[in-house]
Formats: sequence, C-alpha cells, structure tokens
Amino acid sequence: MKDSTLEQEISLLKGLARNDKKSVEMIYGQNYNLVQALVVNNNGTIDDAKDIFQEAMMVLYDKARSGSFELNCQIRTYLYSVARRLWLKKLNQSNRHTADFDDTNETQIAVDGDVVEHEKKDAEFEMMHTAISTLGEPCKSLLEAFYFKNNSMQEIAEVFGYTNAENAKTQKYKCLMRLKKIFFSQYKKT
Amino acid sequence: MNDQNNNMTLLDAVERYIMGDMNPDERLHFENLRKADSEVDQMVVEHTLFLQKMNRFNQWQKFQLSLNEVHNDLSALGKIDATLPKGGKVLYLFNKYKKTAAIAASIAGITALMVNGIVGSVTPKAPKDQLEILRKNISTLAKKSQLQDKEINTLKQGNTAAITPEIPYTNSGTGFIIDGKGYLVTNYHVIKEAQNVAVQNTAGKEFLAKVVYANPATDIAILKINDPNFKTLPGTPYSFTKKATDLAEPIFTLGYPKDEELVYGQGYLSSKTGYNGDTLSCQIDVKAERGNSGSPVLNSNGEVIGILNAKQKDAEGVAFAIQTRNIFNALTDARKKDNIDSTIKNIKLSTKSSLSGMKSPQQVKKIEEYIYMVKVN
Repeated sequence: MKDSTLEQEISLLKGLARNDKKSVEMIYGQNYNLVQALVVNNNGTIDDAKDIFQEAMMVLYDKARSGSFELNCQIRTYLYSVARRLWLKKLNQSNRHTADFDDTNETQIAVDGDVVEHEKKDAEFEMMHTAISTLGEPCKSLLEAFYFKNNSMQEIAEVFGYTNAENAKTQKYKCLMRLKKIFFSQYKKT
Repeated sequence: MNDQNNNMTLLDAVERYIMGDMNPDERLHFENLRKADSEVDQMVVEHTLFLQKMNRFNQWQKFQLSLNEVHNDLSALGKIDATLPKGGKVLYLFNKYKKTAAIAASIAGITALMVNGIVGSVTPKAPKDQLEILRKNISTLAKKSQLQDKEINTLKQGNTAAITPEIPYTNSGTGFIIDGKGYLVTNYHVIKEAQNVAVQNTAGKEFLAKVVYANPATDIAILKINDPNFKTLPGTPYSFTKKATDLAEPIFTLGYPKDEELVYGQGYLSSKTGYNGDTLSCQIDVKAERGNSGSPVLNSNGEVIGILNAKQKDAEGVAFAIQTRNIFNALTDARKKDNIDSTIKNIKLSTKSSLSGMKSPQQVKKIEEYIYMVKVN
C-alpha cells in the first residue's frame, strides 16, 4: 500500500468509528458493487447482497471502534473477505451451496475469528432488541429518552406527562428493572 | 414500598457512580460502601455490564439506520448498482431525469443550508440566556494609583509631551500570557467591539495592546502588548495541555473580578463538556464573577486546562471554560492569516510546567505576574 492510500484508509476508518456520514458513504460507494456481484453471482438476490454488505460494514464498524484494529490490508479486502465468509455461511445454512462457488476476487484474508465474534455480538443485539420491544409503551420510549437521547428527568416528565421529575424517576426505575430482568434471563442462558 | 424506595435510591447511586456524575466526596463514600458490601459491588459490576450492552445496542441501531440511509442515497444517485427498493418504472424515469433531479437536489441542498442558517442564528440565543458572560463594566477607571503610576512613568522618561490622553475604559476581563514577548489570550467577548485595548499587570502598570486574532465561534482572542514600556517576560511558568482533565480533578483560577486586585478561586472539574454538552468547553465548579472572563483555569500541576468564559445564571458555582486545545487551534489558525504579525509564528506554547509539586501559594506567586487585567472601550 502506498503511504497516501494508507493515510486515506486510516482517516476513513476513523470517520467510520464516529459514524461520520461522509466516511460511511465513501466506504459504501467504493465497495458495495464488488460484494453485490459476489452475492448475485452465487445464488443471491440484490436484497441478500444489501444485507450481507451491511453486516460486513457492521463488523468493520466494530473493528474501527475497538481502536485495536490495525489495518494490515485494504478496507476493500477486509470487507470482501468478511462478506464472502458471511455469504458462504448463509448458503450452507440454507443448503443452497453449490460446489462451483464463483469467486473472481482472489485477494482475501482470514476473518473467521472476527465473524464469530460478530455473531456473538449480533445475538446480544437481538436480545436487547427483543427485550426492549417486549417492554411496551411508555416504558420503551421512556428508557430510550433517558439512556439514548440523554434527556433529563425534568424533560421526560414534561414530554410524558408525569406530574413531576420524581414520579418520572420512579417509573424509569420500574421500567429499567423489568428490562434488566427480561434481558438477563436470556443473556444468562448463553 | 419502602423497600422499593431503598432499592431505587441504591440503583440511582450505582448509575450515577458508573456515569461519573458523583462529586468527589460522594464518590469516595460510595467506593467505601462498595468495598464493605459485596452485594453493592456486584450490583455495580452487573449494572456496568448492562449499561454497556445498552450503549452498544444504541450505537448499532444508529449505525444501521445510517447504513440504510446511505444505501438509498447512493442508489438514488446511481453511485452503486443496487436498484431502488421499488424499482421498475420509477427508476427508469429517475434515470431519465437524473440531471433535472440533480439540479432540484442541489436547490433543495441550498434551501436546507439556508434553513440551517436561520435555525443556527436563532437557536443559540435561547441557551445563552442561561449563561452569563463574565465581562465587567468599569465605572470609574481614573484610579489614583494609576495616575501616579503614569506620572512616574513619564517622569522617568523625562518626556512630558508623550502623555497619551486618558482613555476611559468601559469594560474589563482577564487575560494571561501565552508568550513572554507580550502575547496574551483572553475571551473574544471581552474585546468584542473594542476600539482601544489596554492590559494591566498586578503591579498596576498599564500597557497598550492590540487584538491580533479574534474568533467569536470559540470565544478566543489573542492580544499583543504594543507598548515600548513592556519588557519581555521569561517563559510562562505554567504549561498548556491538550489532554482532557479527569473528572473531579482539583482546579484553580486567577482573575480580576475585583478592581485591580488578583483573585484566586478554587474548585474542581465537574464535567468534560460544557453547557448543553458543548464539546468545546468543560464545566467547572468554582466561584466566578464578572471580570473573570479570560482567566486561566489550571490544574494542580500548573497546566492550563481552559479559559474561564461563562457561568450558569441559575446555578451557583457552575462555570464554564473553553478547553485549552482551542488555544492551540487558534494559533494554528492565526498563523495561516496573511497579514498577521510575523512574530506570532514563533509562539510555542510551553508543554512543561515548572509548578508541579509546589503548594498553591507558591504557584500563585510564580503565576501572578503573567495574569493581566484586560480593559477595553
């Protein structure tokens, strides 16, 4: 890799870690077609391609955010390798895998470890997603307002119509306890 | 019911502890409780794990949303091959009228920018009402001591014709030396609309100064003392750090809220961000008064971590400081300007403090001659 490309790639990864739209767009635009070709040429639809590519982007996003990611290959190679691994797995699961896997791109790196780790995180993500969805309203929105949007208790009381911040706080506590219970009952099984 | 209240208070404390919202005393107290009670300890561990999972979930969700957005944007622009979700005829028409669409999109872009501009120009007013800048009005400046000083100065020079007419300064703030050749930093709002600027040291000596850099966005201004009577100072005893200071770290400030008398203030860093999560500044708990604007905020090692610029109106002791990295940025910015005084290019902010390990009174003694009162009219 030339120095200038390397610098560019590093700054793209930094942008990705911040979820900076420009960087995401750059990476997306430069690599999507390659992955789509891989999936579509191998028994997949365009929607499959989108899913697989976005999942590969999530793996890269996690890597970039962890800060421990050393770029020893191009972003392109990494994304392609991850997408390839994910798609092969999916084909195997649905018994659609044929022997003549059409793979024109030869630069690949081993990413099995990263994919396995990603699957674990993805499972947790689903757990949290289900847990929050089963909470129901207004618990769901209340917790989201406090933990994700960082609204103050005072603001929450006003928006949700509690008479004061103390009451909103009590409700938040009850919702949180329910959420933790649902989440951990799943989490501890794994 | 009582039990629930207890549990709630405990969980609330655990949460504030994890999120770093406790003040130092409370934190110490809680840490002792944690050590003594293994159940509390377990609760902290478990809740930290849970908050991490929630946080990750939030990040992922946001990222997924932006991925979908990007996918749709790029396929609409034809930058990736993927068809739009509902392709067919619409897509065909879209491609046919791509040029028109691009123009329309750019117009939409301009309107969006304009709307942003309008929103931008309106919104800052609301939060600023809650903030009070700490510039001070000077009612009478013609203080006896000063007059005497001036007289002595002129006598020394033996040149009575050179007396500059007395300028009635109307506002004041604080500034501090960043370079011994006579460069100071202060707040932009202190020198805003100023026609004349003068700075005065602890000994009461006044020097004329000029504004060499001003940035309303970061509220930073750099002044240069422009006075033949000013003697170059040795390098600053304090240093400048880009690093973020830890929460609860003790800090102190020196400034001129009173008339011509340096005032020391002590406190701690209470939040790494400023008013409404502003990342340019940080929040400190320290007594701040009018005239304190532009005061340096130092940590116990004698490193400047910020410039005091405002306090919250409805809360006593809550003040805000612009983070030091903005001074570094201001210098880089200033150097790029064409008509800038070339000596500014040689300024190098000290990164080694000679104050660490000293007791506060000693530190202040070393620093005081570097802190100036900034007077403007």
